[in-house]
Amino acid sequence: MTDLTRLTISQARQKLRDKEISATELTDAYLGVIDAANDKLNAYVAVTHDKARDMARASDARLAAGQGGALEGIPLGVKDLFATEGVHTQACSHVLDGFRPRYESTVTANLWADGAVMLGKLNMDEFAMGSSNETSYYGPVKNPWRAKGSDADLVPGGSSGGSAAAVSAFLCAGATATDTGGSIRQPAAFTGTVGIKPTYGRCSRWGIVAYASSLDQAGPIARDVRDAAILLKSMASVDVKDTTSVDLPVPDYEAALGQSVKGMKVGIPREYRVEGMPQEVEALWQQGIAWLKEAGAEIVDISLPHTKYALPTYYIISPAEASSNLARYDGVRYGLRVPGKDIVEMYENTRAAGFGDEVKRRIMVGTYVLSAGYYDAYYLQAQKVRTLIKKDFDDAFAAGVDVILTPATPSAAFGIADKEMSSDPVKMYLNDIFTVTVNMAGLPGISVPAGLNDQGLPLGLQLIGRPFDEETLFRTAHVVEQAAGTFQPQKWW
Amino acid sequence: MSVDLDTVKRVARLSRIAVSEQEAAVMADKINSILGFVEQLNEVDVTGVEPMTSVLPMDMRKRADEVSDGNKADDVVANAPATEENFFLVPKVVE
Repeated sequence: MTDLTRLTISQARQKLRDKEISATELTDAYLGVIDAANDKLNAYVAVTHDKARDMARASDARLAAGQGGALEGIPLGVKDLFATEGVHTQACSHVLDGFRPRYESTVTANLWADGAVMLGKLNMDEFAMGSSNETSYYGPVKNPWRAKGSDADLVPGGSSGGSAAAVSAFLCAGATATDTGGSIRQPAAFTGTVGIKPTYGRCSRWGIVAYASSLDQAGPIARDVRDAAILLKSMASVDVKDTTSVDLPVPDYEAALGQSVKGMKVGIPREYRVEGMPQEVEALWQQGIAWLKEAGAEIVDISLPHTKYALPTYYIISPAEASSNLARYDGVRYGLRVPGKDIVEMYENTRAAGFGDEVKRRIMVGTYVLSAGYYDAYYLQAQKVRTLIKKDFDDAFAAGVDVILTPATPSAAFGIADKEMSSDPVKMYLNDIFTVTVNMAGLPGISVPAGLNDQGLPLGLQLIGRPFDEETLFRTAHVVEQAAGTFQPQKWW
Repeated sequence: MSVDLDTVKRVARLSRIAVSEQEAAVMADKINSILGFVEQLNEVDVTGVEPMTSVLPMDMRKRADEVSDGNKADDVVANAPATEENFFLVPKVVE
């Protein structure tokens, strides 16, 4: 019998519809590999065996009655940031100990309404603050990929490290993730998977634990471009519970696959050629340019002059929003409570024990830049620079560019407990140098695997599109994928 | 700009995070590294630039001002560390 967990979503969908396999068989296959692998990879922080089997049985009944939805019987993993009713939802933080929401996030509710099956909750950086999945209260996730001839553990990227690792290691057919500064696209690049951050407003943020509300967006991580298109179609919706969700019809993203890119104008931003960028990343970028040129696209050099300011802007705006969003973890309404001699000491003790170092740092930086006397110098200045960053993109698109091609990350996956990264937070932040601009401007961006480096580790390319033009991203990413192929890690776990 | 130990302790207090003397010293180093990094924004000329408050030009959707949800007190307090008869329990605030 073939290994059912190796089927892509589109393949499994067909076999389920043709009744070649059942949702129960498929779900059991995934639960089996999760139980065998999770001790080693640490991708899941909660596995919902019973719920998964119940949902799969219900899917089988609907499939038998010919009433299957778009994702009927497809087993998915869910990032721990999404509220799932009655199920572990802690943003991988100690401060949310024991939290089981009485409600379901809109994105996951959309997936279940289309028939998907929940396998469990996936590991992540605490409150989505990190680029290596090492800030999780539940410990780091191991990347299923290892360098050739090495058994050193690598990070899967972050913050959606559990999502990326689980998809890459065949521990789910696809996963939900979120992206505030690169948290979908960077881990996708580190694990040879496809990740798309849609336009701000495309997916409802309701029921997703808030980090930086003006930047947070949900999106899928999947094994190939088609699967990412299938998942995003189900995840996206307008929602009365999120006033920033946009009332635009959700296109059939899958229909964009296979369309030609002939005559399409692809912008290559010169500012993304950063100092110290490894030769392998530059070579991959050139390869991507060559593929799109061969497919008939027109390559144009463009300038996005404020690119270098995107990361510092992010590290003012996101901590500022986080300091406000995370004020709610006070030991009163949910999660951890550590007593004190009075209510203020209780707050302080609870938050000191409940938050990890990186989260504390961002709350404090955010509090500082918003405090009296510093607001104008930091926060207001950053909001103005953000306007300029967005204007750079607006100008490029107004000049006729359809899509922008860049590397997804400045390097391949690095080691767990990397000394340089852990000694200086800014070194870790630089991981998001190519992805964070997209969040600042609210644009859609997709990371697609494009090759392996000399050590045999995956590298990704990023495509950036106009607002709500995810179809062009899928169409172009599919062309890259056709040229590059897909990449799977050697199983060691 | 950089922060000294007293500023770190004041910001920790504002953030309602208890810190020891030792923790504050470590935090000061790392926070200063971040503030040093964001300093470069000062070189950008922002004359006449509006601060961004929303990435998309959108009017906030509004709904009719009527009750659309509620009567979920049990759900609201279900996850609280300490409750009594659908109230959150906290240490005494008023003497």
